[in-house]
Amino acid sequence: MELFFSQILDGLSIGSVLLLAATGLAIVFGLMGVINLAHGEFMMLGAYVTYVVQSAFKPMGGVIFELYFPISLVLAFIVTALIGVLLEKTLIRQLYGRPLETLLATWGVSLILIQLIRSVSTAMTLGIIVGVVVGFLLSKLLGAKYSEKPFFTYLNGLGWAVAIGIGLVAVNLFDQIRPLAKPWFGPRNIDVTAPKWLQGSWGMIGTIELPGLRIFIILLSALLLVATYWFLNKSVWGLRIRAVTQNRQMSNCLGIPTDRVDSITFGIGSGLAGVAGCAITLLGSVGPNLGAAYIVSCFMVIVLGGVGNLLGTVLASLLLGIIQSVIGSGTLLTIFPDMPLAAKGVIEFFATTSMSLVLVFIFIIVFLQFRPNGMFPQKGRSVDA
Amino acid sequence: MSVTLVSCGGESGSGGNFDGEVKVGILHSLSGTMAISETTLKEVEEMAIKEINDAGGVKVGGKSYKIVAVAEDGASDWPTFAEKAQKLIDSDKVAVVFGGWTSASRKAMLPVFESKNHMLFYPIQYEGQECSRNIFYTGAVPNQQAEPAVQWLMDKFSGKLGKKVYLVGSDYVYPRTANTIIKEQMKALGGETVGEDYIPLGNTEVAPIIAKIKKAFPDGGIIINTLNGDSNVALFKQFKASGIDPAKYPIMSFSIAEEEIRQIGPEYTTGTYAAWNFFMSLDTPASKKFTADFQAMYGADRVTGDPAESAYNMVYLWKNAVEKAGTFEDLDKVRKDMIGITFAAPQGEIKMFPNHHTSERVLIGEAEANGQFKILSDSVKAIPPLPWNQFVPETKGFTCDWTQDRPDAGKFKM
Repeated sequence: MELFFSQILDGLSIGSVLLLAATGLAIVFGLMGVINLAHGEFMMLGAYVTYVVQSAFKPMGGVIFELYFPISLVLAFIVTALIGVLLEKTLIRQLYGRPLETLLATWGVSLILIQLIRSVSTAMTLGIIVGVVVGFLLSKLLGAKYSEKPFFTYLNGLGWAVAIGIGLVAVNLFDQIRPLAKPWFGPRNIDVTAPKWLQGSWGMIGTIELPGLRIFIILLSALLLVATYWFLNKSVWGLRIRAVTQNRQMSNCLGIPTDRVDSITFGIGSGLAGVAGCAITLLGSVGPNLGAAYIVSCFMVIVLGGVGNLLGTVLASLLLGIIQSVIGSGTLLTIFPDMPLAAKGVIEFFATTSMSLVLVFIFIIVFLQFRPNGMFPQKGRSVDA
Repeated sequence: MSVTLVSCGGESGSGGNFDGEVKVGILHSLSGTMAISETTLKEVEEMAIKEINDAGGVKVGGKSYKIVAVAEDGASDWPTFAEKAQKLIDSDKVAVVFGGWTSASRKAMLPVFESKNHMLFYPIQYEGQECSRNIFYTGAVPNQQAEPAVQWLMDKFSGKLGKKVYLVGSDYVYPRTANTIIKEQMKALGGETVGEDYIPLGNTEVAPIIAKIKKAFPDGGIIINTLNGDSNVALFKQFKASGIDPAKYPIMSFSIAEEEIRQIGPEYTTGTYAAWNFFMSLDTPASKKFTADFQAMYGADRVTGDPAESAYNMVYLWKNAVEKAGTFEDLDKVRKDMIGITFAAPQGEIKMFPNHHTSERVLIGEAEANGQFKILSDSVKAIPPLPWNQFVPETKGFTCDWTQDRPDAGKFKM
């Protein structure tokens, strides 16, 4: 019995990390049909927000430092949500209904974000600001004079090209000043320290150890799930989001501001990724490549659960977590010690981390043979093309 | 995606009354996953080159040559290493190549250097079981790192925790080979390996491993960790949360140096052990000077460690050998004169052996809260290398000696 509970706890811990990471994507991919390959990088941004908050709190020390984590959870949501909205307004908006192109574009975005984190410095930020300001001024200026002319689009593009050039020159100039040129984070992994109350164990139930951070992540993912459910099903904006998902034209006719709905949906999805990133700093390393480790499992969970279904996402992530922990730790052998030799050999063979992952993939492939649309296929009209 | 950097090591140096130039290749991953670790090696090699140039360059046949480094990016991609090695040899005509970190990259470059009969220096501790005429290895082989560390663990803890170990490693060639050796050694010591587990590179989910360790060692036991990269961070963070505490579960790591501790966070690693040939905390004038020079060049917040030290040593070993040989073009002569070359390294004096590996001082340290190691065990004198492992039945009794004129000089029965 004890073994059963500790197994369930392990499975829940693995599953809750998957769930946390996948909830945001379930919204972006499930409701909007955007294959967001930059989802992992939004998690990475959330983790870096945590690092910044931690560094700001470090000098204060003591009790105040212990409180940095809840604050960074909130800030991670806000910052990544804002970046998500910005991305939606500038890029994703142009690509609705073209899944292949969103895939390529968001992959590009993910590479840009990784490189940005690696090399961002004060000099670079100043240069980008100069470039953007010059670009806006030029396009305003040109717009005032030539906006009626047929060649205006080209002229505007030229203006932005000039602005980018000026921005690059500015970056190089600022780079000459030593203190400005130092990268903020650099390409190396950084150290995010969990507050003391999350580092150790939270006591025992019987002989089962309760690892603080694991319990915290389980609670956090449950909380986010409830919040997301409430938002989508009970709030006004949730209603609008669902309406747009079901029928964009009709919603538009009924006066729902569909473009604002898109921004909000994408922003919330990105914000949830940020929160997940913040929580993941408790578990593993923080570096520019953090996102790559999670993006595949996120899509795996969503495909298995059925695109656009929150309940499916929950069940799929927990199922995968439990399979991985039961197989990976070879518990079946302890429960059934008298099984035939052949079966024992098979279980021992899969009882390593690498092989249990292999088994998880095999399971998904087989499952999708029988239910190609996941556990809970979406009925009716899907996202409009 | 390749970046070509031609940097002149001595441009800020003595102004240069050189009679000529000699090109050397530097081939490390400057992008991709391994960039974090390998960039430091490039920096250290450039530092050694700058020092040599500032001191008047390489003196060959009464003339002094300025070393010019041609750096190439292996991009953490093993076929790229082979391709770039070929480029350095064929089109840059370098005299020697310093490069590599992972065993996979070395295995990819090996055929290139053998077919062109050229010369590679490889700076990282590795699993051994290799001995190439065309490679010089300046990192530790298992008898200079893993084996003394296992012996030390048994001496210190087997009374309390029994002669049992649990092995955790990344899923690629180095940890698997190293663990094969450790298992054989445990058998020879009359001990037992109670479990071993491998995590794919970059994976951060270690909950099943923790469950297995707790099952194998309910009251504490010895863990040997050969994980590389990010998985280490996950392992140490989650160990701490699950109550696996170094006092009850001594952990010995073979891939965690000062730089890695900085990234994991010292509070997670405090109390764990590591075995290396050099620690930044080694209290000798040579060690202190090395760290001071490195920090003066690349920033006071930087740390040195074993891989950096090995990379530094190999540049000087090459310089000493070509000066003795009186040529850097006749590679057979350089190879011959390389044997027996010594260098007063930051760790102490090291020597190149006929099996193309160097002798190394063996140190075991305990990680402290400041991110440095407290040295607990020190061999003081350098231990000679044994590339063919003497615990593994397949290679027991074999040796390598490139000074002997025989076709199987790389591996023959003693």
